[in-house]
Amino acid sequence: MKGFSALVSREVRTAWNGGGLWLPIVFYLAVAALFPFVTGPDKILLGKTGGGILWIAALLASLLPIERLILPDREGGMLDQLAVRGWSDEMIACVKIVGQVIAFGLPLLLASVIASALIGLPEGQLFTLLIGLALALPALSGLGVTIAALTAGLRGASALGGLLLVPMAVPLLIFGAGTFGRTPGNAMQLLAATSLAMLAVAPFAAGAALRALRD
Amino acid sequence: MRTTQTITASISINNVAVMRGNRIILQELSMTAHPGDIIWICGANGAGKSTLLRMIAGLLPIAAGQRRVEGGVALSDENLALDGNLPLEKALTFWTGLDGRPPGALDHALEVMQLSPLTDVPVRYLSSGQRRRANLARVIASGARHWLLDEPYNGLDNASSARLDDALLRHTAAGGTALVAAHQAPRVPVTATVTLSSGGPAEIQAAAR
Repeated sequence: MKGFSALVSREVRTAWNGGGLWLPIVFYLAVAALFPFVTGPDKILLGKTGGGILWIAALLASLLPIERLILPDREGGMLDQLAVRGWSDEMIACVKIVGQVIAFGLPLLLASVIASALIGLPEGQLFTLLIGLALALPALSGLGVTIAALTAGLRGASALGGLLLVPMAVPLLIFGAGTFGRTPGNAMQLLAATSLAMLAVAPFAAGAALRALRD
Repeated sequence: MRTTQTITASISINNVAVMRGNRIILQELSMTAHPGDIIWICGANGAGKSTLLRMIAGLLPIAAGQRRVEGGVALSDENLALDGNLPLEKALTFWTGLDGRPPGALDHALEVMQLSPLTDVPVRYLSSGQRRRANLARVIASGARHWLLDEPYNGLDNASSARLDDALLRHTAAGGTALVAAHQAPRVPVTATVTLSSGGPAEIQAAAR
């Protein structure tokens, strides 16, 4: 659709201008750097738990951009102007989700390469982590955009966002951490299925929330 | 003018009611706009001027009645809808690009609103009057047939107001329509006045042509 790419690149630009590029990365790396201080330099323990910890860190990092995903555009009148031009709320939600996958997902994947070295993931697990995160990113983005639309304008939106996102993201976390278990293939398939299902629902849920915002 | 509808009407609102929350903001509102019309929408604070414009723009659902708008709509309200970090011209180009407008359209609009010297200034540094002019420049550059202007004169100096008046006249002379919500009557001749009063039906007067 005409203009879709222009809108997505605006999403990425505003995200990265607003510190969105570094904040999740720094957060993610901080967790990876701090975790060995707590457990001690136990290589076996780190190798066993490191993957799961990085998954938790990724999930929590995805909370960081929520506040600036919808609210500034709503208050600035951006969403109104797009609606006047005939953009449906579902389409706007799609733009936001795709933008979030790029603006948040790419730096996160990059950071996980460094983080896995910091935490000392065993050989081969970095690849599993990257594939798993890449599979989960569409769902994380969809959840983030939906929750951002639901909580835009509410007081304490970020706290509420965390409260809403964490339970919704539990299936992703279970299957994501499962990719380091005994049946990584099965976990990967379930992760992909969960991610797809969430991605399919997200534009409609977020679109409905955006519509409600306008009233 | 009430309930009269002709084939040529490009905006026709028939017996429309708009609710926000549980409150009725507009009811039994009927009006039409034809090509070349400048319609002044007046009324006290909270009478529903902005609601009327947002309803015509399709931003608010109607609870009853019919709304028909033929052709594109450009809305100028209190929100600037420009990225604060971008230079003015780039920020406006985002919208003209989305509207599929040629580059000349924006240059013309910048010229009309006397923003040409400010094209490199980031939007967040603009004064409120300059923001208003940028907002109007977006409407002018949009090429939309219907202009919905909410308090367009707010913050404008005399010279800019006169330039807006000229732009309004050129737009309507070219077959466009303009709905202007304002407390004070525009200095350009209006073809009809819609007076809104909160809760009650609107009163519509056609000016002698």
